[in-house]
Amino acid sequence: MSTMTMDGTGLDTSLNAGDTRSHALVHARIMLRRNLRHMRRYPSLTLMITLMPLVFLLLFVYIFGGTLGSGLGSGMPAGLHGGRAAYADYVAPAIILMAVAAAAQGTAIAVAQDMTEGIIARFRTMAVARSSVLTGHVVGATIQTLIGVVVVTAAALAVGFRPHANAAEWLAAFGVVLLLTFAVTWLCVGLGLSAKSVETASNSPMFLILLPFLGSGFVPTSSLPAGIRWFAEYEPFTPVNETLRGLLTGTRIGDNLVITIAWCAGVAVLSYAWSRRRYEREPRA
Amino acid sequence: MNTELSAAGEAATAAASTAAASTGAAIWARGLRKSFGDKTVLDGIDLAVPQGTILALLGPNGAGKTTAVHLLTTYLRPDAGDIRIAGQDPARNPQAVRRAIGVTGQFSAIDGYLTGRENLMLMADLHLLPKKAGRRRAEELLERFELTEAGDKAASTYSGGMKRKLDLAMTLVGNPKVIFLDEPTTGLDPRSRRTMWEIIRGLVAEGTTILLTTQYLDEADQLAHRVAVLDGGRIVAEGTPAELKARIPGGHIELAFADRAGLDAAAMVLAPTDRDDDALTLQLAGDGRVSTLRTLLRQLDDASVEVEALTVHTPDLDDVFLALTGKKGA
Repeated sequence: MSTMTMDGTGLDTSLNAGDTRSHALVHARIMLRRNLRHMRRYPSLTLMITLMPLVFLLLFVYIFGGTLGSGLGSGMPAGLHGGRAAYADYVAPAIILMAVAAAAQGTAIAVAQDMTEGIIARFRTMAVARSSVLTGHVVGATIQTLIGVVVVTAAALAVGFRPHANAAEWLAAFGVVLLLTFAVTWLCVGLGLSAKSVETASNSPMFLILLPFLGSGFVPTSSLPAGIRWFAEYEPFTPVNETLRGLLTGTRIGDNLVITIAWCAGVAVLSYAWSRRRYEREPRA
Repeated sequence: MNTELSAAGEAATAAASTAAASTGAAIWARGLRKSFGDKTVLDGIDLAVPQGTILALLGPNGAGKTTAVHLLTTYLRPDAGDIRIAGQDPARNPQAVRRAIGVTGQFSAIDGYLTGRENLMLMADLHLLPKKAGRRRAEELLERFELTEAGDKAASTYSGGMKRKLDLAMTLVGNPKVIFLDEPTTGLDPRSRRTMWEIIRGLVAEGTTILLTTQYLDEADQLAHRVAVLDGGRIVAEGTPAELKARIPGGHIELAFADRAGLDAAAMVLAPTDRDDDALTLQLAGDGRVSTLRTLLRQLDDASVEVEALTVHTPDLDDVFLALTGKKGA
């Protein structure tokens, strides 16, 4: 059977399909520009999700830090016990993870909000690569998250966080943050697409902000009661936290890096597949 | 077995393409069906819109107009049926169809966060127009739709009429050969409605093929070369506006009375088509011509019947539906 089309236009349909694939990148860039413009024009969401981890940083260093730092215990390496300065070192990686989680929550809101915009329906009847809308959101969200992470890290340094990482360790830490960002961003794109309303989209990623608390982020897991300790040792934010802390402050990493990569890759792949399915599903008229 | 099946499929596809091509139709559909759950929204409709003409899909809310537009524009996939848009089969090559069409839906498909100009530039970018050409096209459309002044304001601040105009302008950025307009004037004030009609006429003058849906008979009458009346997911009548109107009775006259005695007396001397004892009204076949009314009033005078009110009803979509489907429509 010939693959030539019989639609009378003489256009080879397979050629058209390839043509669209090559435009996917161009379209994704256009969608990214659209998302960045939204963020610039309505910065309140960006501001909110950056402020939240900053408030937690100040709260934990200046209010709880003195007491918590003294309780860190002798299990910690040299320089990591005793007082506010030690606690700033201990909590900073958790605050960075919280910045990633908070930004992801913003992504879920932005995606859910965008799906209520009529223009999404227009894109569906235009020769626009389907994936470009989501790619635009994910890349935009990643940029937004990294800006938040830089702001929070700078603030942590200002309030006494003293990392002793070399260039390679900083780079690796950046890689870990990027990997986590990629995973939770796709997860939140899925949550945003599945939410029936913008309110739901704003509430459903809340667990991401709570998870660093239920891990090793704020206190060592050894200080937790049995049930919670078991959860804390196995939940995904703990290995990410331990890896980041190890890279920045020299605590033991062990197999946490491998577990981190496995968790992030798993969440990213599943969330990506879920999001694509949600987005490409036939809309209910 | 498989090859036989696919061969049969290819043959059917080829036959559909030939049928579409032989009618010279830019929009062609046969046997379109769509259900949502167990609710059948479209129950086998056929359409053919010759290039450079307007077809109005006329029907009340819930008739299936929007679903028909969704199927023809690749927004939804039909459960059954064949479609050719500008010769292309959306089932096989949706992107080719999307390249040929422009769609303005019932709800404004604009980005409220962006300005009018940015919305148009976004479309130009997605159509891969070079920057300069895109900017020129955006300015041109802003001017044509009298939006130049509002061009730098966020689209979310636009009035209903302005949003609708921006929406259509965005549809036109890519110079589509085939345009679908879903209720383009619903909710517009009379002046904006006239403007929209002028724009639509202008597009057809340039050779564009248009399918529009409407609830208004006068709109179909004003704009369309042919009208298809959709009811309960089926096309119950199709023809030119003149042909369609010839099938509609010429309207009616309604008389209201102060009491039952008056109603009875009038019913004796006249030949009412309908009476309502609660509302104390009678309906008579007839139009609003002076001679008809003069005869009617003389008959009532002769019988010494007091009439409280007299109203003349010109035919509307209700009458079309009553005539074509035998039941109350919109």
